[in-house]
Amino acid sequence: MSKLIVSPSPHIHSKDSTRSLMLDVVIALIPAVICSVVFYGWQELLVLGVSVASCVLLEWAITKYMLKKPSTIGDFSAVITGILLALNVPYTTPWWVIVIGSIVAIGVAKMTFGGLGQNIWNPALVGRVFLLVSFPTYMTTWSQPQGLFGVDAISGPTPLGTVQEGLMQGATVQELTSAYNYKDLLFANLGGSAGEVCALALLAGFVYLCCRKVIKPWITLSIFATVALTSLIFWGIDPARFTDPAFNLLTGGLILGACFMATDYVTSPMSVWGGVVFGVGIGFLTMMIRYFGSYPEGVSFAILIMNSVVPLLNMWFKQKKFGRK
Amino acid sequence: MSKRTFSIGGVHPHDNKMSRECALEQLPLAPTVYISVAQHIGAPAVPVVAVGDKVKVGQVIAEPGGFVSTFIHSSVSGTVKSIGPRADLAGKPSSHIEIAVEGDEWAEGIDTTDTLVTEIPSDNKAIIEKIRRGGVVGLGGATVPTHVKLSPPPGSKCERVIINGCECEPYLTSDYRTLLEKGDKVVVGAAILRQVMGNVPCTIAIEENKPEAIAHIREVIARLGYQGIDVMVMKMMYPQGGEKQLIDAVMHRQVGSGALPISVGAVVQNVCTTLAVYDAVQKNKPIVDNSVTVTGACFPKQANLMVRVGTPLKYIVDYLGGVPESAAKVISGGPMMGRAVANLEAATVKGTGGLLFLTEAETRRQSAGNCIRCGKCADACPMGLEPFLLNKLSKAGDVEALEANAAHDCIECGCCMYSCPAHIPLLDNIRMGKGAALGAIRARAAAAKAAAEAAKK
Amino acid sequence: MVTIIIWTIAVVTILGLVLALVLYLVAQRFKVEEDPRIDEVEKAMPGANCGGCGFAGCRAFAEAAVKAPNLDNNYCPVGGNDTMAKVAAILGYEVQAKAPQVAVVRCNGTCAARPTLNEYNGYPSCKVKAALYSSDTGCAWGCLGCGDCVAACQFGALSMDSGTGLPVVDQEKCTACGACVKACPKAIIELRPKGPRGMREFVSCVNKDKGPVAKKACANACIGCGICVKTCTHAAIVMENNVAYIDPAKCKLCRECEAMCPTGAIHGVNFPKPLDKDAIKERIKVRQQKAKEAATAQAAAVTASAVANKKADAPAEAVTAAAAKPVMPGAEEASEKKEVTNE
Repeated sequence: MSKLIVSPSPHIHSKDSTRSLMLDVVIALIPAVICSVVFYGWQELLVLGVSVASCVLLEWAITKYMLKKPSTIGDFSAVITGILLALNVPYTTPWWVIVIGSIVAIGVAKMTFGGLGQNIWNPALVGRVFLLVSFPTYMTTWSQPQGLFGVDAISGPTPLGTVQEGLMQGATVQELTSAYNYKDLLFANLGGSAGEVCALALLAGFVYLCCRKVIKPWITLSIFATVALTSLIFWGIDPARFTDPAFNLLTGGLILGACFMATDYVTSPMSVWGGVVFGVGIGFLTMMIRYFGSYPEGVSFAILIMNSVVPLLNMWFKQKKFGRK
Repeated sequence: MSKRTFSIGGVHPHDNKMSRECALEQLPLAPTVYISVAQHIGAPAVPVVAVGDKVKVGQVIAEPGGFVSTFIHSSVSGTVKSIGPRADLAGKPSSHIEIAVEGDEWAEGIDTTDTLVTEIPSDNKAIIEKIRRGGVVGLGGATVPTHVKLSPPPGSKCERVIINGCECEPYLTSDYRTLLEKGDKVVVGAAILRQVMGNVPCTIAIEENKPEAIAHIREVIARLGYQGIDVMVMKMMYPQGGEKQLIDAVMHRQVGSGALPISVGAVVQNVCTTLAVYDAVQKNKPIVDNSVTVTGACFPKQANLMVRVGTPLKYIVDYLGGVPESAAKVISGGPMMGRAVANLEAATVKGTGGLLFLTEAETRRQSAGNCIRCGKCADACPMGLEPFLLNKLSKAGDVEALEANAAHDCIECGCCMYSCPAHIPLLDNIRMGKGAALGAIRARAAAAKAAAEAAKK
Repeated sequence: MVTIIIWTIAVVTILGLVLALVLYLVAQRFKVEEDPRIDEVEKAMPGANCGGCGFAGCRAFAEAAVKAPNLDNNYCPVGGNDTMAKVAAILGYEVQAKAPQVAVVRCNGTCAARPTLNEYNGYPSCKVKAALYSSDTGCAWGCLGCGDCVAACQFGALSMDSGTGLPVVDQEKCTACGACVKACPKAIIELRPKGPRGMREFVSCVNKDKGPVAKKACANACIGCGICVKTCTHAAIVMENNVAYIDPAKCKLCRECEAMCPTGAIHGVNFPKPLDKDAIKERIKVRQQKAKEAATAQAAAVTASAVANKKADAPAEAVTAAAAKPVMPGAEEASEKKEVTNE
């Protein structure tokens, strides 16, 4: 016994740390990463590598040389941003475009606000949207997955893109979606961003996060419910113009966004009801953009818009205090 | 029967009840004891002995300094050596009576035999007076004089007495051992309490991790044939034993901000307090000793000891082999709400329930990171507060906002800080903010009172 | 091309004019009538908004000063006499010059002199630490070293000395606003007059424990021995609760107490020469010798006269005893007066 430590209570701490929580998210993303590599081939691994490396390096450089503070890369949040960014772009994206995306994600959306915990918008999404509007060619040219063991790559639009284009040319939804079956959508045999590829892998990660109590399921579930309900109503009104609920749930970045981006601690409301309203907002905006917007996909925009109202939601939806009305 | 729990928040620390199999053991008398005159909430007691006086065990050595105050008895027989300031476990000086121990002679009228007296006196006023004279205080932590709790203000009515046997703090087992070894006395004590409060029903609440105690108390109630006393099994959750949380769990009623449990018709007493009530009423025996758990993963000899009030902590530790080399922190009480000991020379008080030894790895705080707004602190808070917000407001010293966000409702249970993944010292700061908010509320109340009196004149 | 440029200029100009008109009208409509002197006073203020005057900021001070009948209760410690003279000139009030003050840290329990007994592992704030327990050293009164005062200072006048673990006041930057005094939970920091050419003498300790306890906790503590009180010839030092305090109004800066203090708890700052302890001790010794001689001489004289009286009528011893008592303090007084004139 040397000198006794004296400190205010409590004297013990749970095993959770920022690092362990972030590590759990990384683990939850592993199935999706493996799937994307399997389906898209080694090129996807390169995208992932460049994205993660540039995010981590950038955060390290900014903390060390600009903020002159101890490095924060040990908390793994930059790794998550890197993986999410990679999963949000097509595997054919050139490496320098990804580096620009990382600079926007980490440099602009995260570190300028003061680093982890201070940012208003999800960094990976800001990076992704920046790339989408700046380099639309790279970001919207999808290729049919070649895969590790697959066939030759065929260029083509995503299911949502196909529908959007087709509708503009006067075709009906039934004609356009007949080419896809739900099994393909679930098990990923379609073009799209790397992370949009396998719904089951993403859902497995989501279940893992819920079981580990890293995230609460309310946000994700309310997004799914709203998307399903909104599209059910519109589809019911005019099945020729509007896509059906199952198609909407399984296509695009909805599952990735709902499970991993909307549930980001920093940019989502804290209370259960705040989360539900947040989720409903995302779901509704997503469907509005998909049905009426000029972009085929709206999850990224919907999440970013709802990120902006999080402070308000945190103020409006507070937990009931003990013994108070 | 389904297990009950409180409605908001809570955490699940590992219960670490390592000393649960250690039977209560009498600690040999220390050569000298130091009895504090301020070991309860309220006014300090006033010493009524002088230096050089001979005292016996159970003799009154200090009398109440007000209504919310109580008697202090000598825990040993011997000679009063000095009366004066001495450092308590936080190193702050407070008045102590030093008694050199000579033999173990008990004051007259105290029944020191172990026979169970089940005959309860019928005069409730006399019972409360006996409890007051026995120096009985709440041994669950707050050390509120028990006679104050048993004298509800006019207009309020007690509907249920709750005996708190949750012992939700990790590591501590003194209540558990008391339930197991002195269960019959506790049950008689509970019967006394429910009689005093007007023959209301009584619930003995025990957490599910003590099945032996639950079975034993059920058996005792059946054996003694008491009606109106039942055992309720509580879910293992911290802070299940918090007064407000326990009432919420048992009666589904929430005590309002700043209100007393009696406002919802509840009176809560700890297991050891109930035992002390039994001793005071049935045996004329005041509080002269209490059960103390001495434990910790690094502590070689776990024990549950019966310790005389005023025994120096160092004496207890030395009896069990001294402070282990690997111990980095000594805590009086449990790891969630206990106080770190800065001064091992300090003496035990009535409310001392445990001595816990933690290693560097178990207790050293990690450096705080940024808040990642995960909301885990708000989820954990059993009072439904927002610790992340209160932490910020406390640092900024915004008393108005602190009050608006109910900082004064904080029960300092430590759940927020326990669960914060960024290791932010939330409670350190919130405690300051709570003090400021309470200060503002009290100042306002005092000003209102003064204005009312001025208006009367 | 030219038409485009002209049109652009025209549109911008018209827009500017219209908006200017709107702004002017709004400003007129919502104009708040205010005493123009408030603005003037505010301009004269230092503008730090530190709250040292007791008001929320410089504007609040200006408002209060304009409303107040005189400036007795309104003083800006930061701006000092210059600022107050300006304010007084604007408002047409009289203002009395105050001696400039400076924050003084009354603890010299350095890391070396005051060993730590345990380790604090909580939020690094003196307030939190003080609420938790006495201290990580044996001294329950001294500096806690978490730097609440440094954080409270808006002028960058305080810094923690990593060698001693104590805060250091930069007397050039200190404005005596009193923020640190309020921030310190142990009430160690005091505002004292700066003194002539910055010279001042103070007891750098607030330990109220009895001598042995204080000494055990800290080698530099004031142990309440009272030597300084006895040494001081100006009655400037009072001993209360085992700790000495030097009244700055009475102190003549002779530094005798500083030389005599056995623990070095008394500090003198900004003196031109370093303290020559031996010379001062010698001086005190000589003076005390003289005083003693004077007292003996006087006592002898009294005894002689008593003897004479005895011869006349009264019994000797009673008179001697009665006479000796009042004489002793008288002698001390005489010697004291002598010393004062000597200086």
